Amino acid sequence: MKRIAAALALAAPSAAVAGPFPADPLNSPMWEFVADKYLGEGAAVRFDPRVKVTFPEVAENQRVFPVQVDARGIADVARVMILIDLNPIQLPIDYRLGDAEAFVSTRVKLDQRTPVRGLVQLKDGTWLASGGWIDAAGGGCSAPPVSRVKGDWAQHLGEVRGRLWSGASGARVQLAFRHPMDTGLVDNIAIYHIDDLRLTAADGRMLGEVKMQAAVAEDPVLALMPRTRPGEAVRFAGRDTNGVEFAGTLEAGGGAVASR
Amino acid sequence: MADRAWVIRGADTYIARDNGGAVANIALFATEAGAVLVDAGPSLRYGQALAKLARELTGEPVARVYLTHLHPDHTYGDAAFAPGTIAATPALAAELKREGPGFSDGMYRILGDWMRGTELHMPGHAVTAERETLGGRSFRLLALSGHSASDLAVLDERTGTLVAGDLVFHDRAPTTPHADLPKWRAALDTLKGLSHRRVVPGHGPLDPTPAAAIDQTRDWLDWLEGALTAAVRDGLDMVDAGLMPIPDRFARLKVARYELQRSVAHLYPALEAREWPRVDGR
Repeated sequence: MKRIAAALALAAPSAAVAGPFPADPLNSPMWEFVADKYLGEGAAVRFDPRVKVTFPEVAENQRVFPVQVDARGIADVARVMILIDLNPIQLPIDYRLGDAEAFVSTRVKLDQRTPVRGLVQLKDGTWLASGGWIDAAGGGCSAPPVSRVKGDWAQHLGEVRGRLWSGASGARVQLAFRHPMDTGLVDNIAIYHIDDLRLTAADGRMLGEVKMQAAVAEDPVLALMPRTRPGEAVRFAGRDTNGVEFAGTLEAGGGAVASR
Repeated sequence: MADRAWVIRGADTYIARDNGGAVANIALFATEAGAVLVDAGPSLRYGQALAKLARELTGEPVARVYLTHLHPDHTYGDAAFAPGTIAATPALAAELKREGPGFSDGMYRILGDWMRGTELHMPGHAVTAERETLGGRSFRLLALSGHSASDLAVLDERTGTLVAGDLVFHDRAPTTPHADLPKWRAALDTLKGLSHRRVVPGHGPLDPTPAAAIDQTRDWLDWLEGALTAAVRDGLDMVDAGLMPIPDRFARLKVARYELQRSVAHLYPALEAREWPRVDGR
């Protein structure tokens, strides 16, 4: 009887619960809100541990917290997002895959203890979700960037370092940009961040497109796994919110990517 | 430990609510002019307990507290002592003035009520000599660096006890938030060359031998730097690097995985900037 009552309660429409989203295993106070906002009203979503969201056990630096989402075990992935429920800026990475494996790794800002999620959209439009809580000291989004304090951000803006590794286990691109990634939440510094980044292969094949928000750490570092052919270079082209463009080429021959 | 010398052991883990931040080792020596402490622990409450214990063990009040370096698990307990008794090198005193109070938010966040009333005192006694003698007991003072920008090691010449601060860890993984690895190695060389009998590490059990803990610290630092450099070259990201295998010989080291992940956060961005070429064509 109790079970029936519970089932009825779940099935009944409720003013307090906005969407039809499944109950959040992380019990985030923001789950319904962020699901509605970023997946869309009525989106089909289920929690799936095959979306591997990995991060360190301690947020040593709440302004530079590494997060990796690996959904290579899932077929037909079209899009991968990193979502941070309790940040003032919640969606650091929105990655639309081209000819690439479902993998993205970056470093984010944390403004407090929060769920950190990986959200994967399949080609049929449905979403798979996973993640965990991380404890963090406050202020990752509201402390000034180191390069603003030092005052040298403009001298290095546009510098990009990176490499392309390729081997039997696939290819990996790592890119490190010099950019303050201003959140707009510090003093009177306007929001200013890398906005858009595209990776293409030498033959023009789209490998992927990444939308970034200022919740990505200062001097963003991004790792992706495009499906490149042996010897094939990867071209990247991006733009920040002031229209400054970043572009370059990663030549093959960085060696084979190691697997851990 | 030996002739009127004691070590007050910290918990061999990280600062947490259940240990009140009491993770660093403290050394205590009796002299005819009063008790001498090396480091003061994490809080006013801890410092007060330390002062009481020192009086019980030595029969004298605390005459001097040497601070080894700026980290709050070693310094914040100095709130229980008069500034004139607190001794530090001028370099450390400057660092404490600049950065010391900045640790307070984090300490209160983690430790809560343990920290009540804790206000870091600035040292009133400048350590400039290579040796200081109190009440018939002389201490050799070595101003070094590497774990932080200024690390003090104290050698009690009567017993040959070297109090190494956080330049030496023992069976507990070293921490690197302010580390300069080449300078740290040079400091370990200096310490190894002293004629001491035993080592009080900053964290972990007393080393009854002159070299075991020093060698273990160096082994970890060498492995760490080599492994992280190789990881950057091999295309591993920070998450991967934090999950790399830790060699079996470090199985005795407490919180090794935790400290590896912290060290990845401290050291990885500079290694990437060094190892990856510019690709922007500018």
